[in-house]
Amino acid sequence: MKALIVDDSSTLRMFVRKMLKGQGFETIEAADGKEALERLAEAGGANVALVDWNMPVMNGYDFVCAVRALPEHNDMFIMMVTTESELDKVAQALEAGANEYLMKPFTKEDLENKLALLGVL
Amino acid sequence: MVTFSISPADFDYIRDFVKRRSAIVLDDGKEYLVESRLLQVARKRSLTSLEELMSKLRSGMDKSLLESVVDAMTTNETSWFRDLHPFQVLKERILPEMCNGSNPKKELNIWSAACSSGQEPYTIAMIIKDYFPMREGWDVKILGCDLSAEMISRARAGLYSKLEINRGLPAMLMVKYFQQDGRNARIKDDIMKMVTFRQMNLVEQWPFLPKMDVIFLRNVMIYFTPQVKKEILRKARAVLKPGGYLFLGAAETTINLDDSFEVLRLNKTTCYRVRT
Repeated sequence: MKALIVDDSSTLRMFVRKMLKGQGFETIEAADGKEALERLAEAGGANVALVDWNMPVMNGYDFVCAVRALPEHNDMFIMMVTTESELDKVAQALEAGANEYLMKPFTKEDLENKLALLGVL
Repeated sequence: MVTFSISPADFDYIRDFVKRRSAIVLDDGKEYLVESRLLQVARKRSLTSLEELMSKLRSGMDKSLLESVVDAMTTNETSWFRDLHPFQVLKERILPEMCNGSNPKKELNIWSAACSSGQEPYTIAMIIKDYFPMREGWDVKILGCDLSAEMISRARAGLYSKLEINRGLPAMLMVKYFQQDGRNARIKDDIMKMVTFRQMNLVEQWPFLPKMDVIFLRNVMIYFTPQVKKEILRKARAVLKPGGYLFLGAAETTINLDDSFEVLRLNKTTCYRVRT
């Protein structure tokens, strides 16, 4: 399983990376949506992307819209991982093509529960 | 400033008191847990020392304090779709089986026996709403019970913090069955009205309960002695309909406690039925 972690916080990326590696995931990382599209192309895709909402250059919502326009990544699950906690935002992300939504802060168990819901854990 | 350091005598008093009231066993080494939870009770009641709290408790005059202490000692760890697999089995096997014509009365009774703040019975309600296509014309009743009056009150309110709705609730259901209420999320009326809540102590005499098709009795028996577990399983067996299903927590079993149950391994979960 390959996971793409997209967050402008290197601390958050490290936290998520450690959790995912502990579950046997291979990880690739990016600090914004634009870089994430580049990393995804280089890696030839991923099984799941964990995507922050508020990032410089290209935010997570725009990334979801962009990647869902690329048929080669149709099978990739996308989970927003963000401080945005209004239910309207959750609905907006799902409409754009996200599959799951995890609000910050979260625990290792919260992340694992969501990955289990996606069937990748 | 509240300062605590629980004495062995106070710990033993709390341990005996909690066991008498709830059958929950607080083993040696749980002093920190007891102390930290008494601290929460003291803060809520503006008490400034352990001595003051213990004195009030020992007097037995303040019934609500007695209840608050028992509430505080019971673990209210919970989440939506906790352990996931029992709910998949409910959705994919049990509900289709129960609505295949073998249930002419079109009644379905499901009991969440230790429901904490309501996540388990509301999870069941959302599954039925989404995946029980014949529910129109059926009499579906979901009962949620808990020892803690505070938890039952929270469950009835159906109001959950960001941290709580983050725990295992699929985003699709979050959007579909919850509405924003300030910084919290409130479960919508159509799900809320599917569930009835009542306070109930599993170790005391059970009230009249309807015969249940499915019982969720999860992650509560781990706190009890084998004798209490046997008694609860005996009572659960009496409440379960023939062919009904019992779910226990992942660390719990009927084996060596009640051989009237057969063990069924379904998908990635274990459930129990009374042998015929």
